[in-house]
Amino acid sequence: MTESNENSGKSDRLEVLKTYKMYIDGKFPRTESARYYQPVVDGTSLGNVCLASRKDVRNSVVAARSAQSAWARRTAYNRAQILYRIAEMLEGRSQQFLDELLRQGVEAESAETQIAKSIDRLIYYAGWCDKYQQVFSSVNPVASSHFNFSTLEPVGVVFVVASRDCPLLGLISLIAPVIASGNTCVVLASENSPLSAITFAEVLATSDVPGGVVNILTGRVEELSEHFSRHLDVNAIACDGLGAELDTMIKEFASETIKRVKIYNQDWSAEAAANPYLIQDFCEVKTTWHPIEQITESGASY
Amino acid sequence: MNQPQIARVFNSPVIDQVGVVERAKRFTTRSIKSEAKMQGLEMVLSMIDLTTLEGMDTEGKVKQLCYKAQHLHDSIDGLPTVAAICVYPNFVGLAKRCLAGSGINVASVATAFPSGNSSLEIKLADVSMAVSEGADEIDMVISRGRFHRGEYNFVFDEIAAVKAACGEARLKTILETGELGSLDKVRLASDIAIAAGADFIKTSTGKIQPAATMPVTLVMLEAIRDHFQKTGLMVGMKPAGGISKSKLALHYLIMVKETLGDAWLDPKWFRFGASSLANDVLMQIAKQRTGAYQAANYFAID
Repeated sequence: MTESNENSGKSDRLEVLKTYKMYIDGKFPRTESARYYQPVVDGTSLGNVCLASRKDVRNSVVAARSAQSAWARRTAYNRAQILYRIAEMLEGRSQQFLDELLRQGVEAESAETQIAKSIDRLIYYAGWCDKYQQVFSSVNPVASSHFNFSTLEPVGVVFVVASRDCPLLGLISLIAPVIASGNTCVVLASENSPLSAITFAEVLATSDVPGGVVNILTGRVEELSEHFSRHLDVNAIACDGLGAELDTMIKEFASETIKRVKIYNQDWSAEAAANPYLIQDFCEVKTTWHPIEQITESGASY
Repeated sequence: MNQPQIARVFNSPVIDQVGVVERAKRFTTRSIKSEAKMQGLEMVLSMIDLTTLEGMDTEGKVKQLCYKAQHLHDSIDGLPTVAAICVYPNFVGLAKRCLAGSGINVASVATAFPSGNSSLEIKLADVSMAVSEGADEIDMVISRGRFHRGEYNFVFDEIAAVKAACGEARLKTILETGELGSLDKVRLASDIAIAAGADFIKTSTGKIQPAATMPVTLVMLEAIRDHFQKTGLMVGMKPAGGISKSKLALHYLIMVKETLGDAWLDPKWFRFGASSLANDVLMQIAKQRTGAYQAANYFAID
């Protein structure tokens, strides 16, 4: 009796397969092009994944742009709370991420470290949200009656091409510093390991991150690189491990609009891979000359 | 109370709401690409009534708008100018001076815009002021309150009186469809306005949501078509409010072409009342010419 029940439990139950869709403007649409591809790991297909088109890039940049000013206007403290919240949600889903990393061909031990470090990295940048400004800003000595100070401002919309080989940690190691300062981003997930990026989008969707702040596409960087690097409304690009040829092409296209391109070819699991300079990489320095009166004999003012 | 008789006088048909919505949706499925798209976009530009109707309008704002109307985007050669600019009566004289020799018309809202709640004397004085300052076109509002009370004769007489006060100026009659309640009422109001001598019928003031929608515009276009088939006289159409994307504007052009024919694809007979539409169209044109997606901050504020 028990045995037959167990058997029928196994054979009758049809497994429900998950459709991995993209994440644009806080929603999970399919690509407008209706195309898909099948990433293959060790001869097994990971499933049908959206193959993003240039119009998906366009739509997600529109979403990122319209979310940007409101995201930057939030207090640094609030952005920190939200980054911390992402980490909390990620922690709760770690088993799912583990399963997917294994499916994507990551070794069990390495997968566990990657997940733990991803959570820690979010906490790390959550901590920096309301502190990087004090470290990188300055009051500058000038030879006139001005109070002169420099502060960092987010560049705006950043296009992130995530690491091919480090599908979860590499992704989070770039998204977190980019959004910490008030940028919004469009992320192209690893072509061969897109599952953890989409599941991370589900984490984002349930952790108080406003729609449009992070948008995640799946597809081929070779097809999309011209479109995002020439896009006038993309203010900076972060690339990871694309190879010299693609890097050069992206830089050339980006030069049309004097767009900042940052190339990272690093081991994201290293301790040094988390640092506040990544926040600074996607900020611009704004210097203010504020007229003042000389009010004391010693020259002290303001 | 006397609605049935009057409705019969104007012989307005009953509108099949579901059918109209379905029909309007089908106009959005046409594929307009490359050269046809460019021609369509330039046609949209030439049909725009660039509008500023805010309580906070200043002379500076109107001058800026007039400059924008003549120099939509100087780095693109061969662009048309917009059809007209649309302002409050007290700015007509200024706009007329700014646009002297440009061929761009000055349209003025009048008749106690946007509510239309005032006496006929005051409304006519409003129109006379705009006309004497040199307005080429007058955008009047109908008395929606009277219309809802069934006083269709009053509405008719008012439009006729304003038409007489317009002299040479062309009269656009705003039905404010968002306050009419049903497509049957929209059709009846269209028929009344056309019978009373309106040169154009216009959907909305832009102050009430919903403003122009495709189904509402389709009902009005059909009123124009039926009038043309009966009398051989053309009446213009102006959807206003809520059309801010070039793709939507192209859908409207398709609807005009397929409902009324090519003769109406002319700024003399079809207009868009819009402010942000122009920049979106310019961005599309620049995208087609350069191949790169555009950003709003490269275009003049309007």
